[in-house]
Amino acid sequence: MKVGVVTFPGSLDDVDAQRAVRVGGNEAVALWHGDHDLRGVDAVVLPGGFSYGDYLRCGAISRFSPVMTELVEAAGRGMPVLGICNGFQILCESHLLPGALIRNDHRRFVCRDQRLRIENTRTPWTSSFAEGAEITVPLKNGEGGFVADAETLDRIEGEGQVVARYLDLNPNGSARDIAGITNERGNVVGLMPHPEHATEALTGSGTDGLGFFTSLVEQTFA
Amino acid sequence: MPKVVVDVMPKPEILDPQGKAVLGALPRLGFSGVTDVRQGKRFELEVGGEVTDEVLEQVRQMAETLLSNPVIEYFEVRVEQDA
Repeated sequence: MKVGVVTFPGSLDDVDAQRAVRVGGNEAVALWHGDHDLRGVDAVVLPGGFSYGDYLRCGAISRFSPVMTELVEAAGRGMPVLGICNGFQILCESHLLPGALIRNDHRRFVCRDQRLRIENTRTPWTSSFAEGAEITVPLKNGEGGFVADAETLDRIEGEGQVVARYLDLNPNGSARDIAGITNERGNVVGLMPHPEHATEALTGSGTDGLGFFTSLVEQTFA
Repeated sequence: MPKVVVDVMPKPEILDPQGKAVLGALPRLGFSGVTDVRQGKRFELEVGGEVTDEVLEQVRQMAETLLSNPVIEYFEVRVEQDA
């Protein structure tokens, strides 16, 4: 599959995300924030970083990038979209995902190897995992606290839209230890931790993140 | 030139870590009696021409779509005349 990775001004993890896409057995296609064009890709990753310097709110300016118009439409048609960290923030600002991400409750940047439980394996990004799988991937954020009103939280938990939950400790004050969620349809996934940094033993804290990038292939041939 | 001011504040139920940091700093500086601090943003929009109802309606749309995130923030729009 052709997987696009969007580079915004201030993206940091776009090249790692491209590499993870290739390690996962797919073709990585570089996409540019200023283009009105998804270049025929089958899925899109919005990478981590500090797009537009986090001005106004994290992801608030990126949401109105030309490429996002196309992306929001494609997501509406069911295209798989994965937003990691800043990508997650952009997806929430775009209202493709419910809730929002605010400054960590302890007010410090956090950078650690984080244990997670994968709770939804029905998305195109998590089907490689066994339900309830426990993985460890890097986490690094200053504004990673997931918040939503109680009604929304009850709904996404009830509908199985929680994709991943923090284990051992809650690193940023996220409501109900939520680390990642999906939309109602299940094609759009947002995740605060960084699976793209844990796809190769040489450079990562392991290869636990690889499943996010091999799931697409498994779905295609399923 | 009239100014349209948009105040954006975190909703009461949303944690405000920045406000908490300011609250924590006040007693250390010898200021007492403050029981809570909420930190928001203020936008000043200079408008060419008269501030009509249509202009204010447009500003409200700007506030809803870009200046604030309605999931976590609320906003107020008002007109400020130069003294």
